[in-house]
Amino acid sequence: MKIGILGFQGSIEEHEATLHSLEIETYRVKTKEDLNVIDGLILPGGESTHMLMAMKFNGLYDALKEKINSNLPIFATCAGVVLLSRSIENSEQESIGVLDAVVSRNGYGPQYFSFIEEVKIEGFKKEFRAVFIRAPIVRSVGTQVKVLARDKMGNPIFIKQNHIFGLTFHPELTKDDRLHKLFIETIH
Amino acid sequence: MDNNRVVTNRGLAQMLKGGVIMDVTTAEQALVAQKAGAIAVMALERVPADIRKAGGVARMCDPLKVKEIQKAVTIPVMAKCRIGHITEARVLEALHVDYIDESEVLTPADEENHIDKLQFKIPFVCGCRNIGEALRRISEGASMIRTKGEAGTGNVVEAVRHMRKVQAQIRWIASMQDDELFTAAKELQVPISLLHEVKKQKRLPVVNFAAGGIATPSDAALMMHLGADGVFVGSGIFKSDNPTVMANAIVKAVANWDKPEVISSISMGLGDAMKGLDIHLIDKKDRLSERGN
Repeated sequence: MKIGILGFQGSIEEHEATLHSLEIETYRVKTKEDLNVIDGLILPGGESTHMLMAMKFNGLYDALKEKINSNLPIFATCAGVVLLSRSIENSEQESIGVLDAVVSRNGYGPQYFSFIEEVKIEGFKKEFRAVFIRAPIVRSVGTQVKVLARDKMGNPIFIKQNHIFGLTFHPELTKDDRLHKLFIETIH
Repeated sequence: MDNNRVVTNRGLAQMLKGGVIMDVTTAEQALVAQKAGAIAVMALERVPADIRKAGGVARMCDPLKVKEIQKAVTIPVMAKCRIGHITEARVLEALHVDYIDESEVLTPADEENHIDKLQFKIPFVCGCRNIGEALRRISEGASMIRTKGEAGTGNVVEAVRHMRKVQAQIRWIASMQDDELFTAAKELQVPISLLHEVKKQKRLPVVNFAAGGIATPSDAALMMHLGADGVFVGSGIFKSDNPTVMANAIVKAVANWDKPEVISSISMGLGDAMKGLDIHLIDKKDRLSERGN
């Protein structure tokens, strides 16, 4: 199995480190041809406006949309959720739109309000230490979308729509690999 | 800064890797930068080339301007304060900028001490010329490091010198026996705990960007080639012939730094880059990188 990571910008090495510790092979995806050699794709944390621009420039944007629609498993963290969501409340930027959710960019505010919270995740016995950095807030989700975890205010922070995982926090910044494992297991 | 803040503050810099941070002096410029794909903007009163020209004391940007820039963009907004100017930093924190650059580009307020950055909630980035400066800034609480380069010159030579120096020193430390680290700590004037971290990770404990004199897409890609995690561009964009095109070309060059054919195609017909300065013609006392060791 080979897991791709969108390879332009952001927490690429951090996701690689987690997957390598699970003995999973990784591949940095920058072109549409790269999509053909992977079994699943991670959209890392970073700046969604940059990733959009880079994907379009390299001809990856439409190809990725097509791949997701034909069931490529996706693990989107933070900026990745913004890239995929149907609608972004407070920005005019485009999005791939395959995830039936409405999000608000930097929903908690600027870096001053970034935080770490122990969260309960459905199916996990122990809490998960979730790192939120200028994170988006999921305002609403469609009926196909399951909410598997919420922050203390009740906002969805881990959503799942079939083969698409959406996390508004950064599991790649902690040593806890349970969410990466969960993603890998769904691919087998 | 508690442990959680260390993770979120260093973490924000990790999210910026592979991107370009652009100096802007107005909300309009900030929007140009964001549209071009900048991953953050740096708010300041004048770009370094103009600071050099104007002379006098260069200070923190007008808070009103910071507010306008914050309102204009969704990407992180950084701002510079003078080295050692605790109050300017507190003002920027009160404005909720996303990162403070305690910068040698502004006139130092304290020629002996840097700010105790551990006392702040929001993160700092600081410049360095070598690993000693880098680790001293990290021990003071910096969550991100950049090379100093020589800002406002459009000449990449100093950024190259500083990046090569830091990378060479990382390799040197990684090759040491543990008992040799004590002497290295003494010589470099840094805490030994940070040297252990560098030895183990074979890199700085925080993200390290290139800055100072980067003027073209090729300059930016060169810095990535030399091991930079990302690039700051100061005067290089808004002092070029066509800032919109230059900004976008530099972003694309950094994202594709290992693809010369891409850099070649985006470099065609860009117009003039900013006019550069020969470092050897700048008096030692006028070199910004000499400030803040």
